[in-house]
Order: sequence, then structure tokens, then C-alpha cells
Amino acid sequence: MIDRIASLGRATLDVLAAIGRAGLFLFHSIVCLPSREGIYLWIRQMHFVGVMSMAIVVVSGLFIGMVLALQGFTILVGFGADEALGQMVALSLVRELAPVVAALLFAGRAGSALTAEIGLMKATEQLTSMEMIGVDPLRRIVAPRLWAGFVSLPILTVIFGVVGIWGGYLVGVKWLGVYDGSYWSNMQDSVSFVGDVLNGIIKSLVFGLVVTWIAVFQGYDLIPTSEGISRATTRTVVYASLAVLGLDFILTALMFGDLG
Amino acid sequence: MKRNSVLELGVGIFMLAGILGLVFLGLRVSGLGVGMPSDTFTLNANFSNIGGLRPDAKVTMSGVRIGKVTDIELDQKWFDAKVVMELDSQYDGKLSEDTTAAILTSGLLGEQYIGLTVGGAPDTLHDGDVIRDTQQALVLEELIQQFVSNMAN
Repeated sequence: MIDRIASLGRATLDVLAAIGRAGLFLFHSIVCLPSREGIYLWIRQMHFVGVMSMAIVVVSGLFIGMVLALQGFTILVGFGADEALGQMVALSLVRELAPVVAALLFAGRAGSALTAEIGLMKATEQLTSMEMIGVDPLRRIVAPRLWAGFVSLPILTVIFGVVGIWGGYLVGVKWLGVYDGSYWSNMQDSVSFVGDVLNGIIKSLVFGLVVTWIAVFQGYDLIPTSEGISRATTRTVVYASLAVLGLDFILTALMFGDLG
Repeated sequence: MKRNSVLELGVGIFMLAGILGLVFLGLRVSGLGVGMPSDTFTLNANFSNIGGLRPDAKVTMSGVRIGKVTDIELDQKWFDAKVVMELDSQYDGKLSEDTTAAILTSGLLGEQYIGLTVGGAPDTLHDGDVIRDTQQALVLEELIQQFVSNMAN
């Protein structure tokens, strides 16, 4: 009995210690003066984390916009309200789908790769060697990746939204024959730049930070074996996806909860 | 660290795509206009019931959009709803004084908007004028009530 209670206590302390380590880790990584070399490292990571994720984000955005328009049209046409299609597509994309789906794709595409990369560096003792020669691996390896994720996810979200709205336009206007003018004017009447677009971008900033933070911390903190790397990569995708969905609810409640 | 110009070009295009996307979301999707407030004029209208009319609802004439509702408040003197509209300045001084305003619904369950209809008076409406002749929103419950009481008779 005493053993059980002790193991519960040990598990709690382990979780708390991991959270504390993750917090210190984040603080040590992002609090530093920008240097010329740091910017080159950051650009390199932007290319890997952001530019290389463009393809999956554009294709998914297009299909999600198209399927939203198709589903929305079949529902709205029953009420004779098919002019409201643009409004429905734009609001659901800008407020919810673009930040969340882009963050989930980002966790799968870029987050898992970051974990595996840093994990392998740790397993092959590259991180320790860096410390030996006096280079701080948090500054050199972790900070550029964190900043790249933080900056590129909002951009990917914006691209996702634009492509999705265009996909909705293709299906709704070009295929199903919703009137072109009402698609755009209904959208412009109902979408507010600060209330909807900027709130969506704030969401994606939060998701960008959380997803990249989880990814690099899991890589940095793993047990340096091949099994440890595979476990950590799985944990990155699972934790990051759950964190995105949970935070999305909290942020939505804060942003739109009191609109009534 | 060696510089890699292809890589930098890629990141530059990526950032540019993000900025252009944001501009698209601002201008095309949420309809932000540059210098919009300067070329509009204001009209007021008092309605006895506005139903579900909300700020940013469109103001139309013959179905053509000519402005939007900017503010709705309770008129403390008459205890009816005072609706402030911003109309495109090209109509300033063109609408006759006896223009009527009605709250209409697009479709059966769609959003509510204001429809203006011009009259025949020689004098015209200018910035800040009040439209006197208004028709309140169609409230479905009242309509059903009337229908039921007519049936009973």
C-alpha cells in the first residue's frame, strides 16, 4: 500500500519535473540576443520547417475549402440561403479550420522531423560534443528551430485560409453556380479583420509555439536509444495534436465565448 | 555558416506569400477598405421594431448595395430604435426627402437588411438627415398571431 502511494508520488514528481525542465529549456533557448549567424541558422530552419511544409498545407487547404463548399451548399440550399456560402466557408476556415488543421499537419510534417533530428543528435552525442567545444546547443540547435516554427506556422495558416477560400470559390461559384458577387460580398459583410482574421492568427502563433516547443523538447529530453527516438517522435505528434485541440477550445472560448 | 542564396530565396518567397495572403484576407475576405470613411454620408432612421437587424447589415436600394448600418441604439425620446446608416457619398443629395426605409429579410431565414425606396419629393436628403417613413421588421411570431386570430374570427 505504502509502495503504491510512493509510486503515485514519484509519477507526479516526474511529471512536474518534466514540465519544469521544459519551461527552463524554453526560457534558455529563446532568451538570447540575435546574432548574424543565428539569423542564417534560422533561415535554414525556416526553409525546412516552413517552405517545405507549403505543399501539404496548400493541397489540404484546397481540398478542405472545396469540401466545405460542397457540404455547405447542400445544407444551405435547403433553406434557400446558398448565398451565405461564402460567409460559411470563410468564417469556418479563418476562425477554426485554418489554424487547427495547419497546426495538426505541421505537428505531423515538421514536429516529428524536429524530434527525430535532435534525438539522433543526442543519441550520437553531437549535443555533448558541442558543449565540450563551448557551443551552447540550446542556442545553436534549439533556438533557430523554435523561432522558425513560431514564425512559419502563422504564415502557413494564412496560406491555408487563402487557398481554402479559393477552393470554396472554385466549387461554390464555378461548379455549383452560386452567384459570384454574393459569395464575396456576404463574406465581406460577415468576416471582421480584427475579430476573425487576427484572432485566427493569434491562435496559430500560440499553436506554433506549443507544437515546436513540444517537438524540440521531446527530442532534447529523450532516452538516447533507437527505441527512445521512436517513442519520442510518437509522443511529439500525440502531445502536440492534443495540445492544439485543447488549446483551441480554450482560445475559442476566450475569443468568441462572450459574443452571444 | 555558409550563405545559401537558393534557400534564402525560398524563405523570402514564403514570407512574401504570407504577407500577400494576409493582404488578401484583409481586403478581399474581410472587406477592409482604404479611406472608406471619407466618402460616405450618414442617414438616420427610426424603426418601431428592428427585429434581428445588426450593425454591418447592408443597406440596399432596388437590391443594389449602397451602404451599411453602422450603429443601432434606443432613442430615449420616442423609445424606438434609432438606426444609423452610412451610404456611399455618390448618393448624397440624390435621394428624395420622402424616401422610405424598410427592414427586409433575404430569403426565408436569411439575414436582415434595410431596403430604401425613393419617393417623388423635390427636396433631397443630406448628411445627418432622418428618414421619417419607415416600415418595421417582419416578426414571424406577430404574423402567426395575426393569422391565428383571423382564423378564429
